[in-house]
Amino acid sequence: MKKYRSKKGAEKLSLALIYTVLTIISVIWLLPFLMLIILSFRGEQAGMSADYLFPRQWSFDNYIKLFTETKFLNWYGNTMLVSVVVTVVQTIIVLVTSYALSRLRFKMRKPLMNVMLILGMFPGFLSMTAVYFVLKEINLTQNLFGLILVYSASSAMQYYICKGFFDTIPKSLDEAARIDGASRHTVFFKIILPLAKPIIIYTILTAFIAPWGEYMFSSFIMLGNPDKFTVAVGMKSWLDNSTMASEYFTIFCAAAVVVSIPITALFIWLQRYYVEGVTGGSVKG
Amino acid sequence: MDLEYLKKSPLEKFYFNFKNFFKRLPSSFAAFFKAIPKKLMKIWLAFTGIFVNIGTAAKKGDWKTRTSFAVMGFGFICRKQYLRGILYLAFELLFVLYMVFFGWKYLVKMGSLGEIACLEEWDDALGVFTYKFYDNSLLILLYSLLTIFIMVAFVYVWYQNVKGNFLSQQFEEAHIRLATSKDDIRSYADQNYHKTLLSIPILGLVVFTVLPLFFMVFIAFTNYDKAHMPPHELFSWTGADNFVTVLGGGVSANSKIFAYTFGEVLLWTIVWAFFATFTNYILGMVVAILINKKGVRFKKLWRTILVMTIAIPQFVSLMFMSQLLADQGLINNLLLKWGVIDKAIPFLTDGTAARITVIFVNIWIGIPYSMLICTGILMNIPQDLYESARMDGAGPVTAYMKITLPYMLHVTMPYLITQFIGNLNNFNVIFLLTGGNPSSLDMQFAGKTDLLITWLYKLTVSESQYGIASVIGIFTFAVVAVFSLILYNRSKSVKNEEEFM
Repeated sequence: MKKYRSKKGAEKLSLALIYTVLTIISVIWLLPFLMLIILSFRGEQAGMSADYLFPRQWSFDNYIKLFTETKFLNWYGNTMLVSVVVTVVQTIIVLVTSYALSRLRFKMRKPLMNVMLILGMFPGFLSMTAVYFVLKEINLTQNLFGLILVYSASSAMQYYICKGFFDTIPKSLDEAARIDGASRHTVFFKIILPLAKPIIIYTILTAFIAPWGEYMFSSFIMLGNPDKFTVAVGMKSWLDNSTMASEYFTIFCAAAVVVSIPITALFIWLQRYYVEGVTGGSVKG
Repeated sequence: MDLEYLKKSPLEKFYFNFKNFFKRLPSSFAAFFKAIPKKLMKIWLAFTGIFVNIGTAAKKGDWKTRTSFAVMGFGFICRKQYLRGILYLAFELLFVLYMVFFGWKYLVKMGSLGEIACLEEWDDALGVFTYKFYDNSLLILLYSLLTIFIMVAFVYVWYQNVKGNFLSQQFEEAHIRLATSKDDIRSYADQNYHKTLLSIPILGLVVFTVLPLFFMVFIAFTNYDKAHMPPHELFSWTGADNFVTVLGGGVSANSKIFAYTFGEVLLWTIVWAFFATFTNYILGMVVAILINKKGVRFKKLWRTILVMTIAIPQFVSLMFMSQLLADQGLINNLLLKWGVIDKAIPFLTDGTAARITVIFVNIWIGIPYSMLICTGILMNIPQDLYESARMDGAGPVTAYMKITLPYMLHVTMPYLITQFIGNLNNFNVIFLLTGGNPSSLDMQFAGKTDLLITWLYKLTVSESQYGIASVIGIFTFAVVAVFSLILYNRSKSVKNEEEFM
């Protein structure tokens, strides 16, 4: 009896411990974002040397400045345009490639997959440099179309997770349809695609979010033309040197909030599909 | 031995496999090289097979088939397969036009990469000196590569044409109905559907990834840099000079520094990838276990708090962190004010400190992600395993070491491998957080936290050292390829041994 009670006590203690750890973790994870939001409302110009968090003067100045005095709105539009176009192109290419590699059997299937695996091992930036030279020759650098081209051109290599999903759709479905005289084209559109909703949403979500956080390619292509920056490149340019950084720091915070809100909302809305895609894709070899 | 193996616990099995992998490494290398002659033989057979096919077509072909050798698609048109025939013919015409008017003049200059870049000439109409541009090494190299690609494609299509024409002839002789143009079109929605689907993705891949990669590999053998910038200057072939420079065998003083930098950066890249992957994985799993533990309430709340941090764009959190952690950043200022420290902590400005900071911030960024992945898999572990472990008197630590960890390692190996490879090339975390800094005087254009990929970026974007940058890129590929080969082999060996449980 005594032993039983002590065991229960130990369990309670361990639960209490877990709650403490989880609370500390939550604070560590949320605190920076709270700080970000609080700082974005700082009304006074305190520069980088401020040694306090809560503003002396709460105000919307940073947000007003953000939309009236900086090129932020411009960058936001650029990023949105690129994201939407890339999402459409990439989703189509990924779906089509995955279907072909998962369901169709042809001589070059295995070699093609191996080649893509090897291509994926090269740093993307290497081929990017060459593409940059070409874009420069045809005057497509500092141009959103060039960026879209670069983002969507190698989409085929992202087929992996989607193909994994297609592989799990039972083959007997296709075979039944084929016996009824459906062509492979019909099978794709009438059978596979309607069943692939989760993975389509996952592909769209990841394709849409990627350009918002991509820095390496866009900074290189748009080098020297602030009008065509994406948000990541533009916001980084505010922080590049310490004089600018101290002036723009609170505006940066405001911009960060503005960028984060729609993406976070989208993400939380479609979270289920994201989790499915990530966990599914990570287990299958 | 088999019986002994089965008796081992999962973790011991893991060690056993791990040890065995390295023991087998020399012999598997040997096996790899032994397999090469066989593979070469196979390729040789396939290659000779092509000529045999062409030979038979030439010998046994009728006049229609033989004419197709020169006029592509001729046989098809004669046999009323108009669509195919016309497409082949059109391709041939386009190819000839391309070669005559465009490809040829670049291809002949490939050996020298151009003679004269530009000259100052008197412009009578304007009355001033103007630059007149002639050879552009960059374009010569690019277009001659493109031409070679197109020539290879042409040879392939030509071979298909010969084979196809001969096949049609044989069909005709055997009185089998030939596919009409209508059949051909229909086949692209069915038997040939893969061609319809994959042509555009593969074209994109070839034009924007394969061709550029070949181009950059060639650039590695030239002296393309700031001093040799087309269109005003030419660059030229320099053999393996760049490779020698990076590896420290060059005559210039630079070479020694380059070699040192390369060693430092490479070492840090591997150390970083290792720590970044495993700290995230283990800690993420621990958090997942805590949340999943029986009796813990508000599971969904805890999870949502962490998942929300994934949703916030990574570049935002990284740049914000770089500001908070700066020497005059908010965190240092607050700590100074409260008297916790009396001198700013050099989070990002001291070499070692910056490296530690980067790994910690990466943990902060990465844990929610790995927590998410582990959660799903943890729920799949059969609960009776834990029950029986508890019956046998195993504590939570033993249960973790003997059940959870081996199970997770087994199931998530592919994820771990991709994570590791991804971290070798993790540009964003390093560049947005530290920019590769703090810089170091004894390193060439690189700082203490630079990875190969950020160094490559700097060499390209700010230093315009394209030749050297290509060499670094090729080495980066080599590093990634070697690790992938080792890791994938390992995970395969685990899978083939037996399924877990």
